[in-house]
Amino acid sequence: LAKSCPGQETVTLYLRGVALRGRRPRPAPPSTSPPPASTSHPIKQEDNLTETRLVSHSQITRLYSRFTSLDKGENGTLSREDFQRIPELAINPLGDRIINAFFPEGEDQVNFRGFMRILAHFRPIEDNEKKSVAVSEPLNSRTNKLLFAFRLYDLDRDDKISREELLQVLRMMVGVNISDDQLGSIADRTIQEADTNGDNSISFNEFIKVLEKVDVEQKMSIRFLH
Amino acid sequence: MAATRRLALFLCTLLMVSRDLANGGAAPSPATVTADPGHSTGGGQEAATNSSEGNHGATGGHETAPVTTLPIVTWKWAHVSTPYLVALWVLVSWICKLIIEANHHVTNVIPESALLICFGFILGGIIWGADKVQTFKLNPTVFFFYLLPQIILDTGYSMPNKLFFGNMGAILVYAVIGTCWNAASLGLSLWGCHQGGAMGDLDIGLLQYLLFGSLIAAVDPVAVIAVFEQVHVNEVLFILVFGESLLNDGVTVVLFNVFDAFVSLGGARINAVEIIKGIISFFVVAFGGSLLGLVFGLLISLLTKVTQKVKIIEPAFVFVLGYLSYLTAEMLSLSSILSITFCGVSCQKYINANMAESSVSTVRYVMKVFANGSETIIFVFLGISAIDTEIWVWNTGFILLTLFFIFVYRIIGVFFLTWILNRYRLVPVEFIDQVIMSYGGLRGAVAYGLATLLNESKIKEKNLMICTTLLVVYFTVILQGITMKPLVNWLKVKKAAVSELTLIEKLQSKVFDHMLVAIEDISGQIGHNYMRDKWNQFEERWMTRILMKKSVRKSRDCVFKVFHQLNLKDAMSYVAEGERRGSLEFVRNESAFIDFKKKFVDDCSGAMPDITACMSDDYSAMSSMSRIDQVPSVSLEMHEQNMKGVRETEDINTHHLLQQHLYKGRKQHRHRYSRSHFNVNKDENEVQEIFQRTMRNRLESFKSAKMGVSPPKKISKHTKKDQQQKVPNGKSTENGKRYFSGDEDFQFPEGDASGFAASDGSHPFPMTYRAGAGIENPAYIPDLDPMAAEIPPWLAEYDAGPVAPSQRAQLRLPWTPSDLGRLAPLRISTRSNDSFAQADAPAAQQKDDEPPTPSKRDGRNM
Repeated sequence: LAKSCPGQETVTLYLRGVALRGRRPRPAPPSTSPPPASTSHPIKQEDNLTETRLVSHSQITRLYSRFTSLDKGENGTLSREDFQRIPELAINPLGDRIINAFFPEGEDQVNFRGFMRILAHFRPIEDNEKKSVAVSEPLNSRTNKLLFAFRLYDLDRDDKISREELLQVLRMMVGVNISDDQLGSIADRTIQEADTNGDNSISFNEFIKVLEKVDVEQKMSIRFLH
Repeated sequence: MAATRRLALFLCTLLMVSRDLANGGAAPSPATVTADPGHSTGGGQEAATNSSEGNHGATGGHETAPVTTLPIVTWKWAHVSTPYLVALWVLVSWICKLIIEANHHVTNVIPESALLICFGFILGGIIWGADKVQTFKLNPTVFFFYLLPQIILDTGYSMPNKLFFGNMGAILVYAVIGTCWNAASLGLSLWGCHQGGAMGDLDIGLLQYLLFGSLIAAVDPVAVIAVFEQVHVNEVLFILVFGESLLNDGVTVVLFNVFDAFVSLGGARINAVEIIKGIISFFVVAFGGSLLGLVFGLLISLLTKVTQKVKIIEPAFVFVLGYLSYLTAEMLSLSSILSITFCGVSCQKYINANMAESSVSTVRYVMKVFANGSETIIFVFLGISAIDTEIWVWNTGFILLTLFFIFVYRIIGVFFLTWILNRYRLVPVEFIDQVIMSYGGLRGAVAYGLATLLNESKIKEKNLMICTTLLVVYFTVILQGITMKPLVNWLKVKKAAVSELTLIEKLQSKVFDHMLVAIEDISGQIGHNYMRDKWNQFEERWMTRILMKKSVRKSRDCVFKVFHQLNLKDAMSYVAEGERRGSLEFVRNESAFIDFKKKFVDDCSGAMPDITACMSDDYSAMSSMSRIDQVPSVSLEMHEQNMKGVRETEDINTHHLLQQHLYKGRKQHRHRYSRSHFNVNKDENEVQEIFQRTMRNRLESFKSAKMGVSPPKKISKHTKKDQQQKVPNGKSTENGKRYFSGDEDFQFPEGDASGFAASDGSHPFPMTYRAGAGIENPAYIPDLDPMAAEIPPWLAEYDAGPVAPSQRAQLRLPWTPSDLGRLAPLRISTRSNDSFAQADAPAAQQKDDEPPTPSKRDGRNM
């Protein structure tokens, strides 16, 4: 996978990015997305992107170039295969789960907007955001970050992590040296830690509550390069 | 309070004694050496000086008549004076700490380090009052060779690695650039003020000023940790201050050496080449030292891979090699502090995994003992050193300006560096944290140690520098230390969340890690997470393979480790609960019963298996000392095996009272003395066994006499059987076999034995004895052993004896501690059949000769 030097990118691909953005037919994001922006106009598109909280323009262009380099089909969208070509993801225990998270339910293509929307979850929270009362909750708020993490477990989207779902994740995370029985008891105990209403599964509220003390803002943020 | 006062009184007496000893020892010791045969100088003189010395003096009086008659006892103070004084001072310092800790409300306000220094003042005052000269001082050799290394090793070893390396960049910036800035700015400013005439007539040149600046630039880890640990600031702030103080000690020593070389070189001969050499030397020394430390750390890790044979000195290797890394670096004139720091940092993971659990906790504990002990001594002596007229050279300008500049430049440095760093940090260091960081610039013993290292022939104002350094230390440690806590509270600094250990947090943080790496991969950038992931892979592939024991490598997983710890904790509370309610039976016999339960009611997800889980953990914790092949994250196989081993020996013992004693004995580590093994009372079982056998024989003979029934042959076998069972896990097989080879006349059909051996699902053992005791197990009923019928009812009763309490226990089950409910059922393996059969059916075992050996082997192998 070709990774071009970021230094060059910012200058050259900035132009390229804008040019591409002009001509690329971009399908409207799926219904899950917030206020449907007019997708036809490139400028508005960009405004919307900055609104979805990836502030700097250079970050957007950098990520856009990344997006296009991932996009082997060159159709403006990424498929699962595109993601799976990233070699590091193949050895990431949660790689497939994270790839899945990029695809809204029922879709198997993701456009740049959707791509950015997912990445926006990982943007660190900045001071001024904490104070300003946003109209809609930004994607990188604590709750949204946690929701993203929660969705990694919750495959059937019933807003509950069942024992089986937890077991699946555990199985991905731990080595083969732990037997199924041990894993089962770990899962049971984990659920017991979080479960407050006794339904033997973890709801999102319980999830938030049990991770109350974890510094999610910090642990689920990365610095996107400029 | 009264106790404290008595302690203080004792302390004073002790001090007087020590002072007199020192006094007497220092002066007359040459006399005793030279004029020994002539007169009885030493002892007699001392006896005269102090009444508290009386008894010693009396014995000393007999002393010197070596020629005429054989002395029965002699007074040889000179012979022991040095180690004696050292030991005494160590004792005194620790008693100071004891007194301080006893007054908790005081330490809440004033940090311990400040109090220790104040105690030092008092002690120094006493010595001064007695001797009119300061006999005891912190001298640099003692400090750098015997007091400092263990503190640094401990901090390195207990360094939270992930946090440390996660903030490595910032720490390095603060430690290297910050320290250089502090040194340079202070040196230059003082020099400027000197030129401006603020200090009057002083013979200090620019280089000397820079030297002074470099020695006082470093924030001292000892002082900082002592204060920050009490304040509980948030972890990022803590690691920044802590890491900085640790590394900049190394940096400051290097800087000091460079400037020291410059000073000896003399101002005139310093040119560009020398300066460049100085800079190169700075980096070589610092990085060389770190590298050397890493090498030693890896060496320790490798060594601990093979030390399980010498378990008892295993922990010592860590200390010796750590110390050697310090000395080697010192020898190569590399930075010894950095060396030992990185030695500790690099080896911690591997030695914790490689060594037996008991060794690991020993290392941890001893490390803390050393570090805390020498920290205490350092602070006390920092106080004592102050009471000395020699060093006090007052120069208002110099001292006040130093204090002022140190304070100001620290603030400027921190804010400026943070401002730069914040542009690159994911989570910026907040303003309040910066304030605390700059205020937390405590100077400590390292600065003082370096100051005393100054060469008086080259630096005329050495005493002024020492005195200023001391004042800076007092000012920062005492004043800033005291005000730190209110400041932290007042500024509402984010404090460390006291979080409980939970599985879900551990799991989630792992998930976060993987997630961030994946996102970085997707967004195609090489960030911090990417690097960490690559490093982890590299470590997994190479370092771990080379440095970790194979068995450990397989069985470690951090989620599982947390699970294990949680279980262990529950087990402990369970035992505590059992003891609190005064029922050891409840705790002990439960295990047998529950195991029974566990086997047949596999899928019962209630409290029962939970307790089993708990029990097995508990046993492993207790018997961990005696485990043979040990895995730090004890796998469940190990538990079961252990549990089996324990139960094997226990359940045969029928005497309850004694069993209780046995239990307690284990808890109190009543062990037979052995130089090379620390085995917890395995041997006691043998005593039990003998006792039990005797009792049984007596009972049998009694019964047979009474009833006129000759005991079945099998009963006499029983004892042998017992013995075979009894042999501790490790070496049992051979013994057992040998035993059995002589056991040809055994009366039971081979079929029985094979039945046992093959019994994974079916249980051919006659459980009828037990059934008599009320445990209903349908599985056994159809399986009645033909032999069972032969057993006289009273024998059945007898055998059933130990089981009875488990019935009681069964009734009590609902009252198990509430948190047990959280325990998840443990793994239920097929092996538990074996272990069950062995442990729970003593009567069955006695009839059946072959099985224990194979089944035991099974258990061990798994």
